[in-house]
Amino acid sequence: MSLLDVKNLSISFATPRGRLAAVRDLSFSLKAGETLALVGESGCGKSLTALALLGLLEPPAVMEGNGIFLEGRNLLTLDEPTLRSLRGSRIAMIFQEPMTALNPVLTVGEQIMEVITEHEGGGRRAARARAVALMEKVRIPDAERRFAEYPHRLSGGLRQRVMIAMALACSPAVLIADEPTTALDVTIQAQILDLIGTLKRENGTAVLFITHDLGLVGQHADRVMVMYAGRVVEERTAADLFADPLHPYTRGLIAARPGLGGSGRRERLMEIPGTVPGLGAMPVGCAFSPRCAFADDLCRSTVPTSIDQAGGRIACHHSEGIHDREPAIRRIGNS
Amino acid sequence: MAFPDSLILSADGTGSHPRFALLRRLLRRPSALCGLVLMAAILAMAVLAHPLYPDDPLDMVAAPFLHPGTDAAFPLGSDMLGRDLAAGIFHGARISLLIGVVAALVSLVIGIGIGALSGYYGGRIDAGLMRLTELFQTIPPFLFSLAIVAILQPSIATITGAIGITAWPGLARLVRAEVLKLRHSELVEASISLGASDARIILLHILPNVLAPIVVSASILVASAILSESSLAFLGLGDPNVVSWGGMVGAGREVIRTDWYVATIPGIAILAAVLALNLLGDGLNDALNRKGQRR
Amino acid sequence: MRRYLRRSLWQIGIVVLGIATINFFLLHLAPGDAAEVMAGESGAATAEYMAALRQQFGIDQPLYLQFLRYVGHLLTLDLGYSFREGMPVAELMRQRLPATLLLMGSSTALAVSLGCVLGFMAARRAGKIADTVISTLALLFYATPVFWVGVMLVMVFSVALDWLPIGGMTSIEAGYRGWALAGDVARHLVLPAVTLGLFYLAIYTRLVRASMLEVYHLDFVRTARAKGVRPWRIATRHVLRNALLPVVTTLGVQLSSILGGAVLVETVFSWPGLGRLAFEALFHRDLALLLGILFCSSLVVVFVNLAVDLIYTLLDPRIELS
Repeated sequence: MSLLDVKNLSISFATPRGRLAAVRDLSFSLKAGETLALVGESGCGKSLTALALLGLLEPPAVMEGNGIFLEGRNLLTLDEPTLRSLRGSRIAMIFQEPMTALNPVLTVGEQIMEVITEHEGGGRRAARARAVALMEKVRIPDAERRFAEYPHRLSGGLRQRVMIAMALACSPAVLIADEPTTALDVTIQAQILDLIGTLKRENGTAVLFITHDLGLVGQHADRVMVMYAGRVVEERTAADLFADPLHPYTRGLIAARPGLGGSGRRERLMEIPGTVPGLGAMPVGCAFSPRCAFADDLCRSTVPTSIDQAGGRIACHHSEGIHDREPAIRRIGNS
Repeated sequence: MAFPDSLILSADGTGSHPRFALLRRLLRRPSALCGLVLMAAILAMAVLAHPLYPDDPLDMVAAPFLHPGTDAAFPLGSDMLGRDLAAGIFHGARISLLIGVVAALVSLVIGIGIGALSGYYGGRIDAGLMRLTELFQTIPPFLFSLAIVAILQPSIATITGAIGITAWPGLARLVRAEVLKLRHSELVEASISLGASDARIILLHILPNVLAPIVVSASILVASAILSESSLAFLGLGDPNVVSWGGMVGAGREVIRTDWYVATIPGIAILAAVLALNLLGDGLNDALNRKGQRR
Repeated sequence: MRRYLRRSLWQIGIVVLGIATINFFLLHLAPGDAAEVMAGESGAATAEYMAALRQQFGIDQPLYLQFLRYVGHLLTLDLGYSFREGMPVAELMRQRLPATLLLMGSSTALAVSLGCVLGFMAARRAGKIADTVISTLALLFYATPVFWVGVMLVMVFSVALDWLPIGGMTSIEAGYRGWALAGDVARHLVLPAVTLGLFYLAIYTRLVRASMLEVYHLDFVRTARAKGVRPWRIATRHVLRNALLPVVTTLGVQLSSILGGAVLVETVFSWPGLGRLAFEALFHRDLALLLGILFCSSLVVVFVNLAVDLIYTLLDPRIELS
């Protein structure tokens, strides 16, 4: 059974000059114990999607679609008090910057406790005991003492563990992790991702892992959605995607990724030429066409629809014949 | 809520001259529009004071205690000495604006000078100038002006100077903070490497970029200078040779038991002037500061 | 902590020296020698007194010695002698201090408490009618001259309605004692406290509103929302608590201007405090008294700002005294 079902979600900004679409026609589902990675460059709509799933978009951003079903209930039809009661208890989120995401004038313990008291009530003493237990669970050493510490006294890694403890306090069905390790050192990064993985397996939580770093996806996600300029261009299992990427953008991302081998010698990085188009300046056809080595007149005039292919979904006019055109991308990449 | 830059650019009236865009943004806000209209009215009063009331407003021209509306020649009535209140209000606008603007200029020169030097050079110069700023911030500004005017005898020049010399510390801090931000920008670093002189860099590259906050504080400085001037005049420290709104309230205060309007009318004039400048300042702040556009 | 105190003392020293310099400079700007200025222009000073003053100032000595002498007097809190009142300046000020503290304390309490409530309400309903009404009123009071508010309030509540006394601090002729006296003083206090408070009420309302709106944009508020915290609790516990930090800072800065406001309000209401004393000094050109008040007010500002620093460290765990 899928815990989260998103059907044709679109997010746009209402401006004096009309709507600017930021996320278009996003559909996916997420099963218990599964990690789905949402990958893309900054500004492609990943973080907006995360906020939309929590019902936290603020004007001028608006969303519409055929439904966001969380454990069978359509979030788009619920009123704000009901949504509030689900946020933090059934669907929770970990933010990118553990530095600014915690309230500087409250102790970290109080901030963890708050989730419990807001959703489950109960006495302060019980909530406090649970908060300390949660801090131990996310492996914060010396939890009892750290409970009374203010965020600025903790390291970035510890702060992110506090965020995780907060997110998991009420055992949510779905956990959204928006770039949870971007602000952290590489060594801490791995620890935090392993921790999220372990807790996910223990609780059967479904995880939506949002990142710009394809390198993290291979080890930590079951399935991958690659997003470009507000649209999912390729959705595959992680293994398939890395073995044989089919969308030219995915291929470009994988090629642009620093080598994974710890040999010290870095592979030559290949950059995708050009930049992501602005919201107000979307090309008529495929959004990636101005940067794509395979683009032809069809790509420049018609938006490709998402089709089932190779055990996943791909939105590209030429994905089926991509292997025949391989030399083209080489040539451009090396020029 | 994070806003993509591209959106802000495209939603923000590109393609027209930036100065007009600013004016349009200003006019779009009803409060700023109110401020502009009020300010225009007060300016008009100041300009028309001499043509409409060529005589000294301190002259006795009517019967005393003529209530407003009883004599068409004196629409606002007369005070206990038979002075025309309308003439006083019009001429008072001149004095208030004159003292307000010049005092603000004095503060601007001192504040910008100290702030820019402090932020640009840093180190000992900064430490010394900031100590001086702290000192001036410690002395209650109104009491300070009061003492200066009392010692030097009230005249337009001493009042203006006394207000201007006590009102700059806030501005100096603001300018210093803004200059500090720009001090290590690429533009400034590049100019230094090209061998531009410090004065040239400060005047040509730094100050134009901190103009927005300075413009906003300038309007607030004029407003508070007008308030200070009227407060001094109310206490009897106005220039005895010219009419002042604050002085008129002070005089009217003696007769509030019988003739309410003598103290009330000039007070409304002060309120209008200060309000207009504050509305303008708020409006400018919103129009110049993109952050203010999003709620 | 010890380093903080040492630095504070150092700062106080600099400020005292600075104010002394400015005062000394002002005295020498005035027409006539310092002794004549200090004696006031009443012309009633006796020859012996003038001689004593000249002796005290060391008029015949070089300027720098005069200055050192002046600083020496200030450091021993010898603020001079008011010939007009026949009393040392320090003693005069001591007598008037309680009335001013009462007035400033009550108007500040009014302004801060009500300002926080109104600013909070306006920020919670930003852009709605309640916000527009509160913000407009705040701007209006912000732009209204304090002395004029005083005159208008007297006109309405004392002259027209006869609800409250027109001025002074007590009804001397009634000879109240104990609680009756306290009630009487309270009745006299209402109008001056409201007059002085309204302007600062406007400032704090605007400040709390702006500060809260800014905090609402911060990441941790989004976190609190994502945690499912109720909006009221977000507003009080997360936003207001952080938004109050700049209010505390402003409290210290405002004090130096509230002292100026006290001169106007005490003059309007004949409130027997330091402000009224300053006005009397002004009126009689009693410069020794006026400069003494200026000096002491500045000292008070320094000390209050040190106290504000201390309070700030209690409210914001990120700041530590260094």
